[in-house]
Amino acid sequence: MTVMEDSYLALEDGSVFPGRAVGAPGTATGEICFTTSMAGYQEAVTDPSYHAQVLVFSYPLIGNYGVADSRLESDRVWTRGVIMRRSRPVWSRWLAEQDVVALEEVDTRALVRHVRSVGAMRCGLGQASPTDLIAAAKAEPHLDFERGQAESLMAPPLAVEAGTPVARVFGEGPRVAVMDFGCKRSIVANLVKRGLEVHLVPPTWGVAQILGLDPRVVLIGNGPGDPAQLGEPVQAIRGLLGQTEVFGICLGHQLLGLALGLKTFKLPFGHRGANHPVRVRETKRVLVTVQNHGFAVEADEAAAVSHISLNDGTVEGLEGDGFFSLQFHPEAAPGPHDARPFFDRIATACRSAPTSARS
Amino acid sequence: MPKRADLRTILIIGSGPIRIGQACEFDYSGSQACRVLRAEGLRVVLVNSNPATIMTDPEWADATYIEPLDAEALAQVIEKERPDALLPTLGGQTALNLAIELSDEGVLSQYEVELVGANVGAIRRAEDRLAFRQAMDEASLPVPRSVVVTSLDELPAGTPCPAVVRPAFTLGGKGGGLARDWDELIARIRYGLEASPIGQVLVEESVEGWQEYELEIMSDTAGNCVVVCSIENLDPMGVHTGDSWTVAPQQTLPDHEYQRLRDAAFAAARTVGVATGGANVQFAYEPGPGRLVLIEMNPRVSRSSALASKATGFPIAKLAALLAVGYTLDELPNDITGKSSAAFEPALDYVAVKAPRFDFEKFPLADAELGTEMRAVGEALGLGRTFPEALLKAAEGREGDGELPEIAGLHPYFVRELESIREAESRLAADGDVGEAKRFGIPDARIARVLGLSEADVRTRRLVPGRLAVDSCAAEFEARTPYFYLSHEAGDPVEEANGRTIVILGSGPNRIGQGIEFDYCCVHAAEAFRRLGYEAVMLNSNPETVSTDYDTSDRLYLEPVTLERALDVCAIEDPLGVVVSLGGQTPLTIARALADGGVPLLGDPLGAIESAEDRGAFGKILDELGIAAPRWGVADTRAEALAVAEEIGYPVLVRPHFVLGGRRMRVVRGPAELEVHGPSLVDQFLEEALELDVDLLCDGETAWVAGILEHIEPVGVHSGDSACVIPGPSVTGEVESRIGELAEALSRRLAARGLVNLQLALRDRELYVIEANPRASRTVPFVAKATGIPLVHHACRLMLGERLADLDLPVRAEPTRVWVKEAIFPDDRFPGAADRGAEMKSTGEVMAGGTTPAEAYARALRAAGRSGAPDWIGSSLQELATPEHHAERVAGSGTGRRARVRSVAPPIRPHLRDV
Repeated sequence: MTVMEDSYLALEDGSVFPGRAVGAPGTATGEICFTTSMAGYQEAVTDPSYHAQVLVFSYPLIGNYGVADSRLESDRVWTRGVIMRRSRPVWSRWLAEQDVVALEEVDTRALVRHVRSVGAMRCGLGQASPTDLIAAAKAEPHLDFERGQAESLMAPPLAVEAGTPVARVFGEGPRVAVMDFGCKRSIVANLVKRGLEVHLVPPTWGVAQILGLDPRVVLIGNGPGDPAQLGEPVQAIRGLLGQTEVFGICLGHQLLGLALGLKTFKLPFGHRGANHPVRVRETKRVLVTVQNHGFAVEADEAAAVSHISLNDGTVEGLEGDGFFSLQFHPEAAPGPHDARPFFDRIATACRSAPTSARS
Repeated sequence: MPKRADLRTILIIGSGPIRIGQACEFDYSGSQACRVLRAEGLRVVLVNSNPATIMTDPEWADATYIEPLDAEALAQVIEKERPDALLPTLGGQTALNLAIELSDEGVLSQYEVELVGANVGAIRRAEDRLAFRQAMDEASLPVPRSVVVTSLDELPAGTPCPAVVRPAFTLGGKGGGLARDWDELIARIRYGLEASPIGQVLVEESVEGWQEYELEIMSDTAGNCVVVCSIENLDPMGVHTGDSWTVAPQQTLPDHEYQRLRDAAFAAARTVGVATGGANVQFAYEPGPGRLVLIEMNPRVSRSSALASKATGFPIAKLAALLAVGYTLDELPNDITGKSSAAFEPALDYVAVKAPRFDFEKFPLADAELGTEMRAVGEALGLGRTFPEALLKAAEGREGDGELPEIAGLHPYFVRELESIREAESRLAADGDVGEAKRFGIPDARIARVLGLSEADVRTRRLVPGRLAVDSCAAEFEARTPYFYLSHEAGDPVEEANGRTIVILGSGPNRIGQGIEFDYCCVHAAEAFRRLGYEAVMLNSNPETVSTDYDTSDRLYLEPVTLERALDVCAIEDPLGVVVSLGGQTPLTIARALADGGVPLLGDPLGAIESAEDRGAFGKILDELGIAAPRWGVADTRAEALAVAEEIGYPVLVRPHFVLGGRRMRVVRGPAELEVHGPSLVDQFLEEALELDVDLLCDGETAWVAGILEHIEPVGVHSGDSACVIPGPSVTGEVESRIGELAEALSRRLAARGLVNLQLALRDRELYVIEANPRASRTVPFVAKATGIPLVHHACRLMLGERLADLDLPVRAEPTRVWVKEAIFPDDRFPGAADRGAEMKSTGEVMAGGTTPAEAYARALRAAGRSGAPDWIGSSLQELATPEHHAERVAGSGTGRRARVRSVAPPIRPHLRDV
């Protein structure tokens, strides 16, 4: 097949996929990953957890229902690049306006198969020769902390970049502190909707600062990168445990796991999609969940594992005395609402938590 | 929860004859259920009246009853078989209604039969418009404003108008429709009250023009619920979903709006109380304001579930059966990956478009405008990597002229996609880049038209497409299920050709004249070849069928049955041979071009096909063999036709050349009536002759008579519309031996291998050959069931080169009882559709057995839902079915082992003949 296109996606293993540039001009690099979600493209690219990644949509038709600001999960696009089979112009124009490099007419099925079998890789994309793109891919820092250290090519802590630089407050009611490592708007919205006052706090805050807000509970939010790189936040969470009830979502769940003494590891190609079945251990019920993570908590005999992936058996939730976290996204956006009651748990905990001595 | 240990015998009710609104999707679902429940060690008892189904083959159930689908027959079966449970959700509305009837009449409680997969309360809440509306109101789920009436007097003054009238408990929206003004509303209500078996209609605020969506959901006893597939109708509300072009997954709703549908679907299923299994929930969505209303839900496997299964690879019916016997979704594996769980929602990386197939030209009296009452007789599915590719394949698959849909009120997204097709064709016309056009998804035939080339030329300018798996997970996991479609991309890896592969070409969408019977033949061929150690590859585009179940063949290609796709499949598969003689007319029309393209046709059928189709050549063969035939001639104009008719003598039969199902065939009794439409055949009409349908097995040298069916209607009624009886009361020993001789001579002369069908007329002790078709006929499943002989299995061996002598056939095929088949007409939707004539109009058939032709015929009429036979037929059959006649037949019977389907008495344990 001759595709008369001058743009390419090149992976660090040397494989090259031609495409047609439809976003911003130029080139971009990042870690390639794919999502199997069939809708919610705008929510996906604005999810800070995709920071430093190039997102492939396995669903071939993207942009069908246009763009709307109400669907943004943050105030910017975080994906470094977007790879599609067929894109509607209204959507690719929006990507161009957001300065995001994007390709369409890519054989995304072959690409997904390749990433599935080889694993996560760095890549380059855009209007450049495959050779240059491969070189750029190889110069891109690793997201995997261990590998990055070994090769002295480590990204700065992405979660610190993605989190808010200053504390911000939303809503009214009992107070919940959310440690922001790139927290999706929908998480905050779900808390506010349940009548809570949400304090979004910077990723650099320590125990004293967080407890200084006198929150009823603390939620550790989602975010990009390797949790193993986030030593200080893990220390902070360890300090919070026992002081207040701690909840976690995605990266927050991984950080909670590290704080509890568990290990994390990099999945071969991650879980990204809106159809991941998870069994709730206590009720035996299955939730269809939204996932977007490249790392996971390692199971451990002693671990308080509350949820399990039915696809690969990995840990999907931790629950114990004073903590409860989910590897997946109860706020959905995009995806099914099966796990939304998690926010009811947080709201209940906020309302029943003992008020501290100072209030 | 694991499988329930207290269930041993389970009763499954089929859906009966193929009708508009209830077609072979229920053969697919029932067959899946039978297979999986037997594999679980349950004893399966099946009742169905449709002989053309796969599920009524004896090997599919432990006890198969070919009986009328009414409460009386079912009660008899229940009394005899004492099942522990009845699974009513796989046989369409027919099975569901029967389950309610059996429950109401106390049969289920009397024999302690538990209803599984559904409960009467849920069925009533879903089906009774009023109960459904109340349930939705209580759960605060939105429905259109409406009123339920059982008489015109109950209609309140403020009733919304325009409004839709929906009768309770009818199939495919029968009796319903949109009323734009008050007068129309009154008329519609009157009609609807008559159509509803309980005399109840719902008058509902019209949501015509809104967008329409459906969600196919599965739920289990633990309360788990998943969406298997979302379906968006291209035709807005107002056109029955069975008549609509549809696409899966939905394309135009943002995720948060789609999730509203998902939440509402689950809430509705829980409110109605769906026990376990598949359900279908339909929504209307008002673009702009975003108002969402629930239209209806079906607490059972439906036409849309078959579509959803084929569109996603998720085997809804199979899982519904397993869930009904106690499993939960998380306990069952995803068949396709073998590893991940069935408790998930399929992710697609392609698009599935369904195109409806209509047969309006058959019913000139019918109004061709689409409404809420379903009119489509079949459907074709197209899978593609883009919407245009999938849509163009669906258009190609329905074997029309490949015209794109013209739909009023199309969502702007679809408008733009249709425009993009026109733009791509303009680019093609300008630059001639065939590779780019193929990547866009334009079929060869369209490219040929745009560039003024032949399809063969187009083919030389392009590559073979890639093969992509329908894997339910968008390539996230490795697929092990061999279910594929083609697209001009790299494709997934393809195994090396092994020299033992046989490609079977299916029959495409159902239509009048070419229905489920041919699917039956293709499915049997796949089974036969697999048992013989070959790899069977299926090509078909009809999502309703068993042939497009990925369990049926070694590899399934869901693609249009056209030259382009058949050649592509052959390029990938490099088969030993391609079977063109089992899928009706569709594969035959491309047989010559396939052979010209270098594809080996199994059994070398071209010579026989072409000599039999060419009336001149065939006439010469008959003359040469000294076989009588009606006199005939060809005519291009009316003047020529008049001359031919004059020479032959009136009455004559006039029809266009090469048509299916006797389209526009007419009996003409005098010059004044004679009209021709293009090149036509004019045949002598053998008034007062008896018509016989003969199915043969041939090995190129000799022939073996599998069945001689006697038509109950007089000659002139299309063979597809005639009731038939086997053994025929008029088929004496002498007639039978003369048919044997004639068959042998003709088969040898045609060098036919496999199945051959002869249409004969018998008048004044003289046999006339009307037609010979060296291919599987519509009557093959009926004959196979009546005699217990697996005809298609034998035919496959003959096509592979074996001889009749190798086949272990009995000396003479003997029907197990007297069996009658009767045709089913869509006269409930098309006025005049039941007026039998030379043009075929029936959509399906029923079969019934008895000890005499009269008894069997009476039972067949009962199965067809007709109260009684016309007097003249009943009396003539009574006369013919003399005891002596029957005794003679029984005395001559062979004693070979055979599988049997049973009638209520006497039960015989079925077993399958080894092929």
